[in-house]
Amino acid sequence: MAKRLNNVLRALWRVIRELSGDDGYERYLAHHAAAHPGTRPLEREAWFARQQQQKWAGVKRCC
Amino acid sequence: MKTSVSSILIWLIVALLGASAIGGIALHRGESVNALWFVAAALCVYALAYRFYAAWIAAIVLTTDSTRATPAERLNNGRDYIPTHRWIVFGHHFAAIAGPGPLVGPTLAAQFGYLPGTLWILFGAVLGGCVQDMLILFFSMRRDGKSLGQMARDELGAIGGVAALVATFLIMIILIAVLGLVVVNAMKHSPWATSTVAATIPIAMLVGLYMHKLRPGQVLEGSALGVILLLLAVAGGCWLDGQAGLRELFDHPGLPLAFAVIGYGFAAAILPVWLLLAPRDYLSTFIKLGTVIVLSLSIVWLRPDIRMPALTQFIDGSGPIFGGALFPFVFITIACGAISGFHSLIASGTTPKLLSNERDIRMIGYGGMALESLVAIMAMIAATVLDPGVYFAINSPAGIVGKTAAEAVATISAWGFPVTVEQMNLLAQQMGEATLFARTGGAPSLAVGMASIFGSAFGQGMLALWYHFAIMFEAIFILTTLDAGTRVGRFMLQDMLGNLWPAMGRTSWYPSVLLSSGIVVAAWGYFLYIGVIDPNGGVNILWPLFGISNQILAAIALCVATGILVKSGKLKYAWITALPLVWLVIITTTASWQKLASSDPRIGFLAAANSLSGKLAAGALPPDKAAVAPQLIFNQQLDAVLVLFFVALLWLIVGDMLRVCYRHLRGKPVPPLSEVPHYPTRLEESWQRD
Repeated sequence: MAKRLNNVLRALWRVIRELSGDDGYERYLAHHAAAHPGTRPLEREAWFARQQQQKWAGVKRCC
Repeated sequence: MKTSVSSILIWLIVALLGASAIGGIALHRGESVNALWFVAAALCVYALAYRFYAAWIAAIVLTTDSTRATPAERLNNGRDYIPTHRWIVFGHHFAAIAGPGPLVGPTLAAQFGYLPGTLWILFGAVLGGCVQDMLILFFSMRRDGKSLGQMARDELGAIGGVAALVATFLIMIILIAVLGLVVVNAMKHSPWATSTVAATIPIAMLVGLYMHKLRPGQVLEGSALGVILLLLAVAGGCWLDGQAGLRELFDHPGLPLAFAVIGYGFAAAILPVWLLLAPRDYLSTFIKLGTVIVLSLSIVWLRPDIRMPALTQFIDGSGPIFGGALFPFVFITIACGAISGFHSLIASGTTPKLLSNERDIRMIGYGGMALESLVAIMAMIAATVLDPGVYFAINSPAGIVGKTAAEAVATISAWGFPVTVEQMNLLAQQMGEATLFARTGGAPSLAVGMASIFGSAFGQGMLALWYHFAIMFEAIFILTTLDAGTRVGRFMLQDMLGNLWPAMGRTSWYPSVLLSSGIVVAAWGYFLYIGVIDPNGGVNILWPLFGISNQILAAIALCVATGILVKSGKLKYAWITALPLVWLVIITTTASWQKLASSDPRIGFLAAANSLSGKLAAGALPPDKAAVAPQLIFNQQLDAVLVLFFVALLWLIVGDMLRVCYRHLRGKPVPPLSEVPHYPTRLEESWQRD
């Protein structure tokens, strides 16, 4: 029972992290390792700046 | 899907429950009706429409193919094309489409009574808005995530592309102006509200610094910090309101507040996104989702009674909040929540690049809009649980009901909605405001409604805190829309100017950034300024203009969808978009015609301009009104030109769509379908569907 609850809470936490973009850098590193092996990925700060800049270049929010 | 006896039985029960809930709220007269019936009716309608209509569209009309690779899979670059789990995409999509529109529109439309708005929100959504969102999402997904403007250009021709671009730009300007006006009206002469809203700016910047410099990318930590600070700012506003000497710093009439909002909009447009826009958006998304969930649960838990009658006498067009009869103005006033053209920009923007399976478009496109429609139903409930007398006293401008409290309650009580000065004073005192008379724009009355619902759920002692929390909640995401909209407007303008002078098209060239941001801010700032100096409140002019422009954008999206359906040989199913399109063309054309030609100065722009210039010439205006009259007259004439332009744009693109369809059906050459060919998916089904 406690184990099940633990699993549910962990899954919920993963969803919250993914929805908010909190795990974005980890996802970027995983993608980078798979798609461009052998090259250096961006540092955390540079990655976040690029990601924010790109996110707000188009229509992102509605009335 | 297999049909079993039990599933038939369940859906039969849902249909019966839905039909009796709608019948109940539609035919109910006399005693008050319970809000739970609204929720039941809404949930049943969405469930039935989702299970049958949306499933039929996905399977038969669009023939979605789950073996086909989506653009997110084929073009996966880890940046904007990323295959994402459908619940995550749903969350992103819903957070993007649900803004302040579905809260304000139903609040204003409640002047007709609860019934017309509620029915339009329900049926407009399942037959119009949800279909639009789902089809544009599908067509954009099949075209590697192309924007609505690009699809209009590729599928219909250059005229369609230009029309979509111009309509998007103009709707953005009017949207920002009207939302700015809503915030200004909520802050007018309220030190508590003003200081809380002002505090959101440094809080957002602090969160921005935290996420960017201190702990880069730690979105949840930064947001949690920001949300706590925002709640403290609501409480801090209460303390500040009690400090003589300090409170005067935040006690302002509309005009200085409007200039502050304009200055803020310009600063937000030129500052780096990480400093203000991005952190503000994280905060507003969390606050927005949290508040909507708590409001929905409170309504279900408390089951408040609706006090507003089903229909009021104002369906004849004499309403105090905005002029114009039930048809067509209820359909114009409630755009977001029923059908919103703006969604087609989101559905052809980020969302199609995240889908990992074609099947998900039903849940995300159709389901996302159904959820927004439910938010609009909640706003309708929050507006109609108020005493109708109180509702009209808050929302009617002084220019209509009279300047003093005694005049206002006399006028409103004479309409058959009894209210007293004492009642309004007590309410204002409970909410921690100096007055609640003539607080137009929808935000204060929604906040009173929400505060009374939250107050009943969590204790009446905190009404003033709840009220200002609700004001902060509305202001924070209105300001996010204002920032983001100004920025998008700037990019569009830079793109357009870049055709004339290439240097202007460079989005990071500072002179171009300053100039184009300045032009966009000046454009919406003008309408905001006029709205603030207008003694009738400005919302009554700007909101219908916004509704018309948003519906015209929806009509453009439906034209693109209808054109693609016909060109794909699905003429016999084209009615799914053609019927909502015909309805939008009827209501926007009728509304535009009335706004242009009506002889009633409360409806017709030209009649209002003529009536005002007549009074000005005869010297019948008091000096303060005579001083602003020339500007108001010019604005009414400008609005008339704008409406004429909108409707011309609409007919142009409808004509263009019909031309393309006609040529296709006669076997003449038309722009070819720009759909990307079929590639089989390689994504593992087990990874996809857990």
